[in-house]
Amino acid sequence: MSKQSYAAALVDALHDAMRSDPRVSIIGGYVLGLGPQRTLTDRLKQDFPDRVFDPPTSEAGNAAVGVGASMAGMRPFVDLGTASFSYLAWSQLTNEAAVAHYMTNGRLTAPVTFHMLHGVRGGGAAQHSQSPHAMLWNAPGLEIVAPSTAADAYGLIRTALASPNPTMLVSHAKLLGIETEVSEKKSAIPFGVADIKRRGRDVTVVATSLMVPYCLTAAEALAKDGIEVELVDPRTLVPLDEKTIIESVSRTGRLVVVDECPLRGGIASEIAATVAERGFKHLKAPIVRVTRPDTPVPFSLPLENFVTPDPEKIAAAVRGALKAG
Amino acid sequence: MPKGPGEKRQWQFLERMLLIRRFEETVVKMATDGHFRGHYHLYIGQEGTGVPAIAALKRKDFLATTHRNHGHILARGADPGAGLAEILGRATGLNGGRGGTIHLCEPKLGFLSTSGVVGGCISLAVGGGYACAQRRDGSVTMALFGDGALEEGVSYEALNIAALWHLPVIFMCENNSAGAMGMAKGGYPSLVHASKNLLLIPKSMGIKSVRVDGVDAAAVHAATTRAISLCRSGRGPVFIEAMTPRWAGSDPLWPELATGITDLRMATGGAVPTGKHQAWFEHYDPVLRLARELANGGEESVHRLSALDEATRKRIADAADFALASPLPAPETALNHVFVQEASA
Repeated sequence: MSKQSYAAALVDALHDAMRSDPRVSIIGGYVLGLGPQRTLTDRLKQDFPDRVFDPPTSEAGNAAVGVGASMAGMRPFVDLGTASFSYLAWSQLTNEAAVAHYMTNGRLTAPVTFHMLHGVRGGGAAQHSQSPHAMLWNAPGLEIVAPSTAADAYGLIRTALASPNPTMLVSHAKLLGIETEVSEKKSAIPFGVADIKRRGRDVTVVATSLMVPYCLTAAEALAKDGIEVELVDPRTLVPLDEKTIIESVSRTGRLVVVDECPLRGGIASEIAATVAERGFKHLKAPIVRVTRPDTPVPFSLPLENFVTPDPEKIAAAVRGALKAG
Repeated sequence: MPKGPGEKRQWQFLERMLLIRRFEETVVKMATDGHFRGHYHLYIGQEGTGVPAIAALKRKDFLATTHRNHGHILARGADPGAGLAEILGRATGLNGGRGGTIHLCEPKLGFLSTSGVVGGCISLAVGGGYACAQRRDGSVTMALFGDGALEEGVSYEALNIAALWHLPVIFMCENNSAGAMGMAKGGYPSLVHASKNLLLIPKSMGIKSVRVDGVDAAAVHAATTRAISLCRSGRGPVFIEAMTPRWAGSDPLWPELATGITDLRMATGGAVPTGKHQAWFEHYDPVLRLARELANGGEESVHRLSALDEATRKRIADAADFALASPLPAPETALNHVFVQEASA
């Protein structure tokens, strides 16, 4: 085992996919944003100069090109940049890519992969900090992938680019530089298979993306007080591995769901509803949701910190869940 | 008119144009008879554009169409029975009843998903062009859309991308706003655009742009053939604005057969156009116009026209019978085909 950053694993996945499948191409000049990892994509341009495109600032147009190209047999990876900009491509995501297979009675496919950098990245203010994938979860027809580690990013991207369905891949901007363990030979990871990132008897915590390392930090602190957290990372929201989540709750009897999307109609809400509906008998206490409040994201640091889930807030929520019931 | 390959092609055009005309006349009857619900859009009056434009494509090429798709789908060779069945929401329809009139699609003939969003067609077609360029097989993609599609922002983004990357896309703009009454007079929406010369839009991006008479099938075919040739040799994209006066039946908010069931004898001297649509019959109906040119070939041509009409009416009558006799989809199948692999959903 060695360590690799999320960003490096993402680039490895793209490189390997392009090498193994000539239909794969990249529409997006800044797949890793403008941060220190951005130069990692240089080797994609060097090795596949005809298959990496720097598009204009045209989120809707770029997304549509990806959708149309995928209908015509290609496997484009379309980077939408900062996730907040995906709203400009909403029609292409939710009303073209997501519905094409259904609307043609299964005769046409749109195997496009979209990527965007989501989340409270630090100083992004309201318009560069959003996590739109909860909204996309309400658009049937899109697979949604939210990796939390380098190995998961690699494996899930390989699966996304091989998937016959349109896939939305979200990477948290703060995950890009985080290094995690990877095996020598990274491999594809099937969708719909949750990963238990930490075993524990006392409480089930469900989280994706950046909230996974935050939850691990919280779990270490809690372990010092004898509280053992079981951390379930669904990895893909569509398809969702409900079975693993409910089985974990059946062992612990308690559930805390952590997510950076706002509370109302959000990811934590949907997972909580699923467990309440299908696993109520296992619950010893009310489900707790840790999310952003229903406000836009402010710029100034104390304001931003106040609205963003962090390890301390997660630990406090877990303690609360253990006291209740 | 001289006999030869040109005339043979004209007859082929007329065969498809007449098929579309009889299909659309049947659609109006089915709507009037209450066989399907919802709004719909007819291709009558534009057959002289879609048929010769699509005829210039090859089998390997892709197409994208819009809410006004019936003519395009048939021009490319889709089965009229499956087309009518789709409009009626039947299980045997092109889309299994999931699309309806707005979304008729025939993937095996190269159609991308038929978007009901007016700018959707242009932008998806640029994706088709991107795929063609990546394939490097000389294939092209044709977008067939109305002038209203240039009111939506994504169209501009897509035109810009196509121009920047020299994608092999033929933008076939069917400008059918001429003579339209428009919303202000209670009619169907027509173009609401500050530009009075739509060709200036693609031209401003360096896209080769040309305007043709959309009623003149031969002119459309010639312009499209040139455009496709440019695109195949990497000199695309090309924008064509085909001018087709608004057919009176598409003027009201809901379509009606304003000019009645087309009487081909108006092209052969067997019937004389009169009434308030006389000018349409004499000059702007692309079917009558082409039929009239072919009828000039003499007695033999007149007989051939009559035989073609009879065969076409029979074909559409059979298609309508098939559609009306087709079963509705089983309700529980509404849950199928959200994803390619149902198990993963």
